[in-house]
Amino acid sequence: MVFRPPTMGRTLFEKVWETHAIRELPNGQTQLLIGTHLVHEVTSPQAFAMLRELGLKVAYPHRTFATVDHIIPTDQRTEPFSDPLADAMIKELRKNCTEFGITYFDLASGRQGIVHIVGPEQGITQPGTTIACGDSHTSTHGAFGAIAFGIGTSQVRDVLATQTMAIGKLKVRRINVNGKLPAGVYAKDVILHIIRKLGVNGGNGFAYEYGGDVFDRFTMEERMTVCNMSIEGGARAGYVNPDETTFAYLHGRPYSPKGAEWKKAVRRWESYASDPYAVYDDVVNFDAAEIEPTVTWGINPGQAIYISERLPVPETAPEDQRASLTEALEHMKLRPGQPIKGTPIQVAFLGSCTNGRLSDFQEVAKYLEGRHVAPGIKAIAVPGSQGVRIACQELGIDRIFREAGFEWREAGCSMCLAMNPDKLVGDQLCASSSNRNFKGRQGSPTGRTVLMSPVMVAAAAIAGEITDARDLFA
Amino acid sequence: MALKEIRKVTGTCLPIPGDDIDTDRIIPARYLKCVTFDGLGEFLFYDVRFDENGRPKPCTLNEPQYNGATILVSGRNFGCGSSREHAPQAIYRYGLRAVVAESFGEIFFGNSTTLGLPCITASREDLAKIHQIIESEPKREMTIDLAAGSIQFGDASFPASVRPSAREALINGRWDALGELLEGRKLVEERMAQLPYRF
Repeated sequence: MVFRPPTMGRTLFEKVWETHAIRELPNGQTQLLIGTHLVHEVTSPQAFAMLRELGLKVAYPHRTFATVDHIIPTDQRTEPFSDPLADAMIKELRKNCTEFGITYFDLASGRQGIVHIVGPEQGITQPGTTIACGDSHTSTHGAFGAIAFGIGTSQVRDVLATQTMAIGKLKVRRINVNGKLPAGVYAKDVILHIIRKLGVNGGNGFAYEYGGDVFDRFTMEERMTVCNMSIEGGARAGYVNPDETTFAYLHGRPYSPKGAEWKKAVRRWESYASDPYAVYDDVVNFDAAEIEPTVTWGINPGQAIYISERLPVPETAPEDQRASLTEALEHMKLRPGQPIKGTPIQVAFLGSCTNGRLSDFQEVAKYLEGRHVAPGIKAIAVPGSQGVRIACQELGIDRIFREAGFEWREAGCSMCLAMNPDKLVGDQLCASSSNRNFKGRQGSPTGRTVLMSPVMVAAAAIAGEITDARDLFA
Repeated sequence: MALKEIRKVTGTCLPIPGDDIDTDRIIPARYLKCVTFDGLGEFLFYDVRFDENGRPKPCTLNEPQYNGATILVSGRNFGCGSSREHAPQAIYRYGLRAVVAESFGEIFFGNSTTLGLPCITASREDLAKIHQIIESEPKREMTIDLAAGSIQFGDASFPASVRPSAREALINGRWDALGELLEGRKLVEERMAQLPYRF
């Protein structure tokens, strides 16, 4: 037993780790119990095939939930899909879920959607749990005080076969954002700012614990937006300590504890929150008042600037960075030293597991009413789940989007990674509420992505160019 | 499960210069539409190698002097981005058997190790020298010694490091954890019975 002075508390990460650590493996990693496993069609078929090959069963099938999101068309949903590969993948997922006894939220369920939106929406994502999914944006679930890992297909196989995985313990970096965010600055700006400042690999080896005034005030959906992009900063996991906001969100959801179980669960969840004097491996502080609407200009999410800033000039940058900056500017066809404001766009994409939730569409709808997308701009709005889509329609939000010239689509990942028919063409530049601006990410090898908040996407769609939403909507 | 002990990797090098080479670049998302990993090697770095009409672009993968290379050498934060195991699968199935870089994306690192594809870290300065040597002498063989933590590159040698857990797993033939995880079955059952949440 290690001696702990009374003032030395533990982090949520340590507490959750302790609850789930089974044993140390010979190579020093931990065999970690995964309480909740989420599955989608792209990274799971090979895992199920491996199980069959090895003659293994799914060890705890009721702890795995599946849905279809990556390849799903968002316009025409009649089966068979026009893309035979996509059609084969959805059929494979159905077959695997039936054969292995896994709950599957199919198209007809009304609960289908992006796996990271469906989990929270259904109350499957809960505090103090471990969650794994074959998708790097699994960190989203950390918004509830869960420790959530994106994993590869072999690990999906491991979790299916054993409900555990091999992983090394992470260090914990506390990221405080204190003060008040200026008007027109959103959760998306906060995480883009954090990644810009700490770097795309700054989080290697860490779980990020987000806290401070801004996170205390954030809604669950805002917390999810931030946790979602932890991996873009190199952090394998990111989380926010559970509080009243968390419990209020979870109350009454389909898989949330009910009746007498609810009170017990809340007491347990509270106990997982980091202690006031928890010891962190690192602490970083940001001042909320300094953050402006932030947009990426390059080919990774760390290459970001405030909307008021100018593009970098490689010649004046540290020598170590010049090649990267030049490559990014060339791909983006942007001129060094120019303002990003005023850059023409051709496509606007609103959706994804980062910003495809009800509050994202509600916030944008406030500004879209009575306005219209600029001529020639293709603007698509893709709700993150059938639940989000239905809620928007009940509030008349779909009508506002349609009247403003947006295409109103069905739920899926869509143009975030363009595995379905929603793709950029040629070197189109897309104002996007998604999470990655890698070369070719949105389906065209020469396509260009500028990441920003949903309201900034709407502003760009209306202006036909990247613009400061605070001015346009003033 | 008896796995090969991976102590050394020897071969010529394929340079992929630059930092932050992400998994979308390693294997574009459209090639993830598959229910098996077979044949993925063909699409490795597809959009770096070919233009929209399928014509080869200037790229080290299209240069004959790098044919048959088994060690990929890159820069900082190699394999950042998505969790797609398709990325290391494509690298492995193309015929590469190790990656040397300044640092790696976390999930890519784990996925690669699980396939028995060692990810070796070298310093930025040493990588610059290694890239220079590859350019001037593409057929020079490199030997990575995982146990010793060294890279021998002709008459030049460089320190190399591999995260201890990955090194242990690779050199002792334990890189695929499934067998060990299954051995813990009894302990898992016991813990599962105490787990306070269930569905």
